[in-house]
Amino acid sequence: MEAGLLSILISAPLIAAILCITIRSPRVCEAANLIAAGIGFGCAAPLAVISRNGPFFYWSGYVILDMTGSWVLLCSAIVYLLASIYSVGYMRMLGRDEKLWGYYALFEGFALTIFVSTIMNNAGLYWIAIELTTLVSTFLVGFERVAESMEAAWKYIIIVSAGISIALLGTVLFYWAGSFVLGPSYDMTWSALRDAAPRMNQELVILAFLLVLVGYGTKVGLAPMHTWLPDAHSEAPAPISAMLSGALLNGAMLGIVRYLEIADTAGVGSLARNVLAGFGVFSLLVGALFIVRQTGIKRLMAYSSVEHMGVIALGVAFGGILGTVGALYHMLNHSLNKSLMFFGAGNAMRLYGTKRISRIHTFGETFPVSGALWLAGAVAITGAPPFGLFLSEFVILRAGFQQSFAWAAGAMLLLLIVIFVGFLNHFRAMYYERTPRHEATDGGTALSAWCVTPMWLAAAPLLLLGVWWPAEIWEHLVAATRLLGGAP
Amino acid sequence: MLAANLDPVASSIFSMLAIVSLVLAFVMLGSRWLNNYLYAFAAESWVIAALSASVGYYGGYPELYLVAGLTGFFRGLFLPYLVWRIIYRLDVAREIHVFVQPSSTLVLGALCTVFTLTVAYRVGESLGLANTVAVLALTVMLSMKLIGFLMLTVRHEALSQILGLLILENGIFLGAQILVPGMPMLIEIVILFDLLIIVACFGVLVRYLVTHVGSTSSLKLRRLVG
Repeated sequence: MEAGLLSILISAPLIAAILCITIRSPRVCEAANLIAAGIGFGCAAPLAVISRNGPFFYWSGYVILDMTGSWVLLCSAIVYLLASIYSVGYMRMLGRDEKLWGYYALFEGFALTIFVSTIMNNAGLYWIAIELTTLVSTFLVGFERVAESMEAAWKYIIIVSAGISIALLGTVLFYWAGSFVLGPSYDMTWSALRDAAPRMNQELVILAFLLVLVGYGTKVGLAPMHTWLPDAHSEAPAPISAMLSGALLNGAMLGIVRYLEIADTAGVGSLARNVLAGFGVFSLLVGALFIVRQTGIKRLMAYSSVEHMGVIALGVAFGGILGTVGALYHMLNHSLNKSLMFFGAGNAMRLYGTKRISRIHTFGETFPVSGALWLAGAVAITGAPPFGLFLSEFVILRAGFQQSFAWAAGAMLLLLIVIFVGFLNHFRAMYYERTPRHEATDGGTALSAWCVTPMWLAAAPLLLLGVWWPAEIWEHLVAATRLLGGAP
Repeated sequence: MLAANLDPVASSIFSMLAIVSLVLAFVMLGSRWLNNYLYAFAAESWVIAALSASVGYYGGYPELYLVAGLTGFFRGLFLPYLVWRIIYRLDVAREIHVFVQPSSTLVLGALCTVFTLTVAYRVGESLGLANTVAVLALTVMLSMKLIGFLMLTVRHEALSQILGLLILENGIFLGAQILVPGMPMLIEIVILFDLLIIVACFGVLVRYLVTHVGSTSSLKLRRLVG
């Protein structure tokens, strides 16, 4: 059953990509992508439930279906579905029908590589999956083929490839550390590493973990390795920005979570957690500074992603039931919310024909429905109640004070307040400031249902998850945390 | 652990090959001509292939002969050919945008190597391998990493950035041959192919850069800030 679902999940985007490349008709490509995304979500949701009886192993142990991985898989599938719906509307507004097949083929490839990365049981293959996500998405970032997007694509591939090569070095050193225990040749699965960890040399594990953390941290967008992120997120088409932010970053964070587990078992957990918390706080700081003074609308969202990856890193670093559960819940909330924000930003960009915040004004009056949804999203992303992010951030903060990370939790609280003020100030300007002169609107005055529906689909569960944290999800995440060894 | 009980001949061969490839990394660091980078890179890949083969011979890992062959072919011939094609098409012979002189870069590279030697020695000591080839392998691995990053930082030409990334990978590959010769071959081969895809992607991107930005110097990439 679960093996079948997993193969359908993986083959759906693959088949859709092949269809796009062979048929090349724009409408067929749209449909294929939508169907693949629908199937993806339809498979990922039951898989997340089934994983409770696991972990399951397939393909002679190269593929794993465990609770944490399937949770990240579910988050990615949700973003993929939302972004696919939005893509139809957004790419039609962009009016590049002749290149659409390439866009959709790459889009499906991107989703596929993210899906695959969450179910890799071998640390080396996980590294390759993450590397492939970069290669596929580079061309999506540069899709618009203008100087800015090419610059973003180049910076993205250079910085992330260099970063990820550090993770490869760390992976090799982990293998070396394991070879003292397990002999020169062994399968480098997560569980093999974890079982061998107590007998690994601690200094070597520290070195290897720090390298892996910096390497995958580059991909996650933790400051100061985040420099590719605002460029890539702001220059990619809006649905791709949502995928980068809501799906890809979580996929790389999964690697850090898994290696942290190994570091914990090896007895160097406290150092590892402190370093991760340091990166988390610094990401929040960088996010706060750049959010306050931001002039570009999508760069604002990108720095907000740096901030939220910092929050998730802090949750993971704090550990314990509350910290890890909070971090996993935050992944879901952030995926929904950041999709909503990027969709709104994409609409605003198309409608006003600009990326600059200062040129967007009276957005709420001009576009009441999508304006209201976007504003709700902005309130949510700053961590205000009654939305999901409030709950998850609150739980992470509690974990911080509980697990003697008061310094980090205090800094997090302070910076979240700064971000709240800075972020919403930009929205105040875009909604309520009346500049005398109306800018010419570029992309038409009405939004198609394709552009607004995914915003509803993201906003509604976000509100629901904020007022009601279902007991099933709580128990599921607690069980996942226990399996990770993040708590007794 | 292979490095712990090697006979002296094998140990000296490994050391020599590791040191030669480190020296070649310095050659790349000190040169201003893109062609020289490329020759040094190809030579380094051949040295690594020789290392794989000798580790296979002395350590009793026959599958490493295959890895050596693939390394020699892909890293030593095919990758340099791909990069050479890019250079040829772009018609750039030398690094024009140098903002740290090669001589100063060499000094920086030497400092990096000293630093990595300290780290490697410390790790080696705690593993009880302080007087073996493992320390040298770790040093070369880490210092080629730092030298690659140095090249990425002080060079602006897109091609030298690609070559910088390739040195990063070469360093890891070299160290892995000595430290973990038993690493499953599947991983090594997949990583090798991965590298090919990366370089192919770079080739496409460089062409786009020329068309849409009009330059392959990263100094010209300054539209996106803040």
